[in-house]
Amino acid sequence: MTAYTATVTVRLKRGVLDPEAETTQQALERLGFELSDLRSADRFEVDLDAADADEAADRADEMAERLLANPTIHDYDVAVAER
Amino acid sequence: MTVAVVQFGGSNCDRDAVRALDHLGVDAERVWHADGLPDDPDGIVLPGGFSYGDYLRAGAMAARDPIMAEVREAADEGVPVIGVCNGAQIGSESGLTPGAFTTNASARFQCEPVHLRVERADTPWTAAYDEGDVIEVPIAHGEGRFEISADAHADLVGDDRVLFRYCDADGHVTDAANPNGSTDNVAGVLGERETVAVLMPHPERATLPDLGRSTDGAGILEAFA
Repeated sequence: MTAYTATVTVRLKRGVLDPEAETTQQALERLGFELSDLRSADRFEVDLDAADADEAADRADEMAERLLANPTIHDYDVAVAER
Repeated sequence: MTVAVVQFGGSNCDRDAVRALDHLGVDAERVWHADGLPDDPDGIVLPGGFSYGDYLRAGAMAARDPIMAEVREAADEGVPVIGVCNGAQIGSESGLTPGAFTTNASARFQCEPVHLRVERADTPWTAAYDEGDVIEVPIAHGEGRFEISADAHADLVGDDRVLFRYCDADGHVTDAANPNGSTDNVAGVLGERETVAVLMPHPERATLPDLGRSTDGAGILEAFA
């Protein structure tokens, strides 16, 4: 078994309104920053032991499918690295 | 035989629901989620609140609680199930009803009376009304914006499963009357069975005559009477 960190990034699908990101963008603009757009995302770092990177990715993928993301509004991706 | 009001950690409208049902002469009791459902409940209420602190997404944790497998099974057998506010978020997260309830377009928590147009009067939840009736019921949520994919929305409308839409006092469904940016002003929907429904507004807060300005919500809870 090898120790991995699977990073699951969950973000809103393109086109889904993100009021929190809009509010954050407005606050940055009030601070004088110039920006064209801002998107937010949730990142989960999952430490786990697996036989290989594919198995680690499969397990993280299932975590995203079953809990971390809501398929109605979210897309997600999984990246695996040895820890 | 009783209506089970499921109490999760962080539920806070469970007592209100029991009291409103008592007022309507419905036998109801709170059921702690870890104890599981009682045998043969007459109905199930998923009450409002902030289950599990709204961590991850509102309703996400409670939707994966083991008692929800029992709730889905009961719903499939025809037991009436209604989710209110956080209960609506739990219901959609658990797949009882389509779509998702997410952050209000205002990015604010909103607590205010709203008007709802009754879109179906031939369900247990709306038998007390006529189609097109306008009722006043309060909302109290930060994540009540109904989101759904275009395809799923077309199915929802095609199958006539929108139960309530936000409207103005005259029943007009307008952007101005949409408090949270919900797709198509949707405030409440039906599940695959008409005995399963969720809505963001709080009928139990518009049932007791001495509580406020409206008792329009009583008709929804009369489904259990």
